[in-house]
Amino acid sequence: MTTHDLVILGSGPAGMAAAATAVTHGIKPVVVDEQPAPGGQIYRSIESTPVKERRILGEDYWQGKALIDGLGDPRIDYRPGTTLWQLTRRLEVGLLRGEQASMIRARHVILAHGAMERPFPIPGWTLPGVMTAGSGQILLKSAGLAPSAPVVLAGCGPLLLLLAVQYLRAGIPIAALLDTTSTGHYRDALRLLPGALRSAGTLFKGVGLLAELRRAGVRHVRHVTALEAQGDERLERIRWQCGDGAEWHYLSTPLLLLHQGVVPNTQVTRALDCTHDWDERQLAWHPRTDPWLATDVEGVAVAGDAGGIVGAKASAIQGRLAGLGAAMALGRAGEEQTRKEVKRLRRDLARETAIRPFLDVLYRPAAHWRLPEDDTLVCRCEEVTAGELRRMADQGCRGPNQTKSFTRCGMGPCQGRMCGLTVSELLADANGQSVAETGYYRLRPPFKPITLGQLATAAEDASR
Amino acid sequence: MKTYDFAIVGGGLVGSAIAYGLAKAGHRVSLLDEGDVAYRASRGNFGLVWVQGKGLEIPCYSHWSMSSASLWPSLTDELLELTGVATQHQAPGGVHLCYSRKEMELRQADLASLVKATGGQFDFTMLDHQQLREMIPEIGESVTGASWSRWDGHANPLYLLRALHAGFLRCGGTFLPGSRVHRVHQSGGSFVIERDEERVHAARVVLAAGLGNRRLATQVGLHAPLIPNRGEILVTERMRPLLNLPTTYLRQTGEGSILMGDSHEDVGFDEGTETPVLSSIAQRAVRALPALANTRVVRTWGALRVMTPDGYPLYQASLTHPGAFVACCHSGVTLAAAHAKRLAPWIAGDTLPSEIAPFTAERFDVQTVTPA
Amino acid sequence: MFKRLPLPDTSAQKSVMVYFDGQQVTARDGDTIAAALLAAGVEACRTTPVSGAPRGPYCMMGVCFECLVEVDGVPNVQGCQILVKDGMQIRSQHGARRLG
Repeated sequence: MTTHDLVILGSGPAGMAAAATAVTHGIKPVVVDEQPAPGGQIYRSIESTPVKERRILGEDYWQGKALIDGLGDPRIDYRPGTTLWQLTRRLEVGLLRGEQASMIRARHVILAHGAMERPFPIPGWTLPGVMTAGSGQILLKSAGLAPSAPVVLAGCGPLLLLLAVQYLRAGIPIAALLDTTSTGHYRDALRLLPGALRSAGTLFKGVGLLAELRRAGVRHVRHVTALEAQGDERLERIRWQCGDGAEWHYLSTPLLLLHQGVVPNTQVTRALDCTHDWDERQLAWHPRTDPWLATDVEGVAVAGDAGGIVGAKASAIQGRLAGLGAAMALGRAGEEQTRKEVKRLRRDLARETAIRPFLDVLYRPAAHWRLPEDDTLVCRCEEVTAGELRRMADQGCRGPNQTKSFTRCGMGPCQGRMCGLTVSELLADANGQSVAETGYYRLRPPFKPITLGQLATAAEDASR
Repeated sequence: MKTYDFAIVGGGLVGSAIAYGLAKAGHRVSLLDEGDVAYRASRGNFGLVWVQGKGLEIPCYSHWSMSSASLWPSLTDELLELTGVATQHQAPGGVHLCYSRKEMELRQADLASLVKATGGQFDFTMLDHQQLREMIPEIGESVTGASWSRWDGHANPLYLLRALHAGFLRCGGTFLPGSRVHRVHQSGGSFVIERDEERVHAARVVLAAGLGNRRLATQVGLHAPLIPNRGEILVTERMRPLLNLPTTYLRQTGEGSILMGDSHEDVGFDEGTETPVLSSIAQRAVRALPALANTRVVRTWGALRVMTPDGYPLYQASLTHPGAFVACCHSGVTLAAAHAKRLAPWIAGDTLPSEIAPFTAERFDVQTVTPA
Repeated sequence: MFKRLPLPDTSAQKSVMVYFDGQQVTARDGDTIAAALLAAGVEACRTTPVSGAPRGPYCMMGVCFECLVEVDGVPNVQGCQILVKDGMQIRSQHGARRLG
């Protein structure tokens, strides 16, 4: 088993920035990424996208080029198409590349594997034809694919608006934008506006997106309070309700793209048994970190959205901080030497993240979007409904691990990624306890499935 | 102040089976359990209902296991009727695989001595490779043969636990999940069980808290010298049926996943998994069924067995604190039926099942705690 | 559901031939399997082992495991994580996997 000073998981903004910073301190990091090319989801396919007309994806996208160029440094051992299946508290790193499994050892690890979209459990969300806004954007960036018929976008959050505008710029018609932002949240968010003005650039871009949608005359339905996807073998139509109205509105569509924000992907930090806290403002779990972004597992730091949603620019800043933290932990940099840079990074980070409270409050999904009705599937893999989970709570199940045992909720191939947040919140609600008390799934490797044969090879590696 | 007839400390398989048996018999029973995260052997279980090879040193244990295996069909039927939850119990017989002539001979000798010791009640058949292949067409070439016993079977331990909980509630039991019991003591002829949020009062108390019994038993004049022993288990993606009977360390579940175990590791209270251990489990499974090599592992876990020094169960009534009992073992699935249908009646006042008479703590060669 | 955007310099992108359930599908070099199938009009790529319900790609970023397909004889491959290769045999999946 070879030993490396630094292993970075993920080549999004945080991972790329961490690698570039580490290199300047004489570290040769290994950067592992599941995707075939660097950029993470935000800068995905930047080198190969068929969408060359810059205004379609927007300048924020193309800004990622500088970070990606940095990853080309020969001192960085960048390994695309490589999946992390195991990471132990002794910093043994299990990798899968193609059919080949291997183990390496790290002295320091930076987890920069980013976010995932918050589950959006509505009736019919498992029908083919219902996808996420993130997937729509990935298809656009990576393959130049766009909806072939007028598309319905539903939910809330910056990504949803951005995708709508990117489709408009590419000449793709939007049948409707169903906005689930709660009425009261505009007022609540307004109070946070002064703070948000510190990241005025981001704020104005958001306002610009809304104006662009308005100018294009997109059917923007506000205050949507209920939404269902319907169809037999695939999505055929959707229906929704607005405000307090009991009236259902119907629309035929072959494609519904859902989005209600992004949340940290905590699969790896959970499996490491890092301490996690429930963030009531972001409605998500965060691994607990210190000012150097170090977790409470020795030698493991978390940078970027994997540690709490901060956005692409702040993720890159966190990546630099974590890279400096690694350099100091490995004895390649001293506190004196980095003090000035750290001070500047922290100031930049504060500025970039100043808008988060505003966004978190404005786009906070209302309770009924997070706590579905009894008939709705929560666990897509094992097909467990909200009602069944509530019945389990009635029988004394206090948390997700007991319901997992009793109903298989969270035991399927996605290993609870798609249901975990919903289950924690739903059981907290049903039991009248806090989400923090309710807890989350206890996770174990493999993070991604590995064949018995590959597992056998990995151990040979580990014993060498 | 409500006083239960019984308070059972521990909502795992042992405690739940006893609680279910008592509640079904009409007693007022409370079942105290910890929260969502605890050392839960019952959630990390392999799921065998197993007899062959058990009780080589103490034949009573073989009788006790056979008694439970015999009672299993009625337990699973009544739970299904009462709760609608199927335990997926099946008893197609089970095999223990051998990889050499020598191993076959040793196995045969061991099991033959068990037949003798049980007065012929236990029985088994040795299968050569060809006979085994008729039962398991995918069996690997390197498997020499196996011992087969009709007594063996398997069930889904998670659904068993769910069914016992549901059955307990259906019979009027009170389930009190939430936190760990700190202290058990006697007061005015009944027991007081203290934990964070409350005190529970009961005429009699059964300690079925797994490894937690170490701490609690001494408080009521009992002794439970238990040691954790870790077992790691791997589970694969769902497969079409390919293994229609269980083996000692490989079985296919009702959902189609292949479950493989079982390591025995002395690692204290560490519930983690280790790559070399997982790998050796994988290698052994592939040796048994080579076609499994490209199936995917989707989950792994480690769980702590509740082991006494000799591996046999511990059932005991307190002499110093009449009405207090301790019950623990690491075969909570196999023995579930016996616990519900034979151990529970003893705790309620019936005579002691003769098979379990030897399973008191005195055999560990230490004095039980005497009252101050 | 999806179409290729008409782009100025598509000539730069090579075509790749793959097969889905035996039918020839033209994809582009750099497509993931899931993207290629969506571009070819495939909506559902599997049925679930639990209820037999049809499923198609959902998240496109390796999280949801809905886009599982059989690739060159290997079942349960995440279609959104693997790039197409010429001649690749992709098959839809029905229920639990078979051995082999």
